[in-house]
Amino acid sequence: MGNKKRTVLKLSAAVAGMYLFSFALVPLYDVFCDITGLNGKVAQSSNAESSISVEGREIGLQFISHNNAGMPWEFKPSKKVSKIKTGTLYEATFYAKNTTNKMMTGRAVNSVAPSNAKDYIKKIECFCFAEGIELMPGEEILLPIKMVVDDELPENIKNIVLSYTIFDSKIEHNITMDHDGDHAGS
Amino acid sequence: MSAVIENHHDDHGHHGPAKGLKRWFYTTNHKDIGTLYLWFSFAMFLIGGAMAMIIRAELFQPGMQIVEPEFYNQMITLHGLIMIFGGVMPAFVGLANWLVPMMIGAPDMALPRMNNLSFWILPFAFFVLLSSLFMEGGAPNFGWTFYAPLSTTYAPPSTTFFIFSVHIMGASSIMGSINVIVTIMNMRAPGMGLMKMPLFVWSWLITAYLLIAVMPVLAGAVTMMLMDIHFGTSFFDAAGGGDPVLFQHIFWFFGHPEVYIMILPAFGIVSHIIETFSRKQLFGYSSMVWAMLSIAILSFVVWAHHMFTVGMPLAAELFFMWSTMLIAVPTGVKVFNWIATMFRGSITFETPMLFACAFVVLFTLGGFSGLMLAITPADFQYHDTYFVVAHFHYVLVPGAIFSIMAAVYYWIPKWTGNMYDERLGRLHFWLSFVGVNVTFFPQHFIGLAGMPRRVPDYALQFADWNMVSTAGAFLFGFSQVFFLFIVIKTVMGGKKATGEVWEGARGLEWTVDSPAPYHTFGTPPKVS
Repeated sequence: MGNKKRTVLKLSAAVAGMYLFSFALVPLYDVFCDITGLNGKVAQSSNAESSISVEGREIGLQFISHNNAGMPWEFKPSKKVSKIKTGTLYEATFYAKNTTNKMMTGRAVNSVAPSNAKDYIKKIECFCFAEGIELMPGEEILLPIKMVVDDELPENIKNIVLSYTIFDSKIEHNITMDHDGDHAGS
Repeated sequence: MSAVIENHHDDHGHHGPAKGLKRWFYTTNHKDIGTLYLWFSFAMFLIGGAMAMIIRAELFQPGMQIVEPEFYNQMITLHGLIMIFGGVMPAFVGLANWLVPMMIGAPDMALPRMNNLSFWILPFAFFVLLSSLFMEGGAPNFGWTFYAPLSTTYAPPSTTFFIFSVHIMGASSIMGSINVIVTIMNMRAPGMGLMKMPLFVWSWLITAYLLIAVMPVLAGAVTMMLMDIHFGTSFFDAAGGGDPVLFQHIFWFFGHPEVYIMILPAFGIVSHIIETFSRKQLFGYSSMVWAMLSIAILSFVVWAHHMFTVGMPLAAELFFMWSTMLIAVPTGVKVFNWIATMFRGSITFETPMLFACAFVVLFTLGGFSGLMLAITPADFQYHDTYFVVAHFHYVLVPGAIFSIMAAVYYWIPKWTGNMYDERLGRLHFWLSFVGVNVTFFPQHFIGLAGMPRRVPDYALQFADWNMVSTAGAFLFGFSQVFFLFIVIKTVMGGKKATGEVWEGARGLEWTVDSPAPYHTFGTPPKVS
């Protein structure tokens, strides 16, 4: 009998362990993506100055903006395509406007293509680091990006695309319930 | 185990089951619980099948004919969930309950009360799931894979009930598999070493470990969904710093081992049947065991092949492509072993053998289309098309479900004491065999031609094959009602079966009378 009890206990521990593991997957996933750059999220860089140099080659830089479903804001890059030099500090802005008559909080999520360019983009400042961008009804804003592309960027990468998606960070769940609100028709 | 003194040969009346309905609610007998599981899964199979008929009827012709698109989405979702969690999995648990103790010479399952509980929570889980059909906003409509945020932000309110029912199904499976492992590890008859266990027992031991490893992960995934919906967390919501792709990783980390959970017991069943009707010892027993173990281990490192198109670096795509293809090696070992077992055997084709042979051929076919899907660059073309539908239905219907039907025909004389009607059994086989191929083979063509899955309407060029497919589906569907008739007829009566039932059948379950006495192996048999 004791034998059986031991097996049951071991198996129950395994079940509990796997349940906890499923939650551990959440931070593990972030760590894994951070190391490998899989989801292309560029984090704030603390040593961007070291990437600034006088030499450097010209590459293409393109900004893309998306609105997540149900996000009514006007959101676009001030300049879509530009030529920049690696090793040179580059500043750009995005334009955002709250087109509704309610105060809203947006949140931008960034991504980069090709994904192996991720490690060479050093962002000093980006509105995508903010947890929430609050805009009053009708308010407009210019959102800043400050970045350097490192000289070490692989030779075969001639163009970089930076994509930003704006989300309504306070969206209610069950969209069936907010059909009559401001989200309609977006 | 406390020694049970009396011999199983002189069973007295008072050892028999309680009378009336109470027998089924209170029972802790592995044979009763096995029967309950099998009937429950049959009921779910017919309900899920009725939903499949609605799906195929809608797809009979292009254009919207019978149901609303929203209802169609609810049908595909519930069809998948019910067939997987209500049809295939409980059927295998039912077979394990009936057969594992008899095959290892144990008097019952190790934890009989938990056994009762793990069955009796299942009907409630499916009652909750099915009741969502009648709720405001309808049943879950996001497909059985319930990808977030479709299943969180954009889901109907009934999703909470869906989450609750998945929790109950998970609890039932976990309890069932703990029971199976404890039974196999501690209650084998003296002399039955691990490498002397019948293959069905081996297949269930491995399956139970897989279930223990991944059902908690599924529970974790739906718990995160629950928190995202009701408690303001953002596990899968990019707006709150979460990641929807994370959901797919967690889901398929459960989902891929899950597909082997639904096929490993089938491997065990088919091995027994082919051995018996070839009248030869199974070829390559130990390689069969090692093949199942390697399939189980590999199943944990291939999950991302379900999501090649989410955007992965080349290295990851190559890894998941090669590791997936590697699974073909142990699977190939099994197929060749079955063929080698049949080679120069004195084969007869009774109904179980017909189903087993069809299993080998058609499961292999489904495996091949799986290999095609594993090729990453090709998968970008096949992803989310009817080719995928054809692939997984080939491994699940003539794979898992044919093996369950084969098992029913093979062991029903042992369960009921009556032989099934061989003529009707063969007719049922041929109707099913033709039906399944007419249904699913054309889906390869329309999938390769680009028809997306989970659509209620389609472009005109897919019309002909869809019509063929629907005709096949109704043939297959109605032949399962015929199967129900055959099973009931056998339970009611028929030619009396001997204890051995099949000439040359191997295994301890054939050493007891037919029908198997209510209590078997009170004294453990000696295994040499």
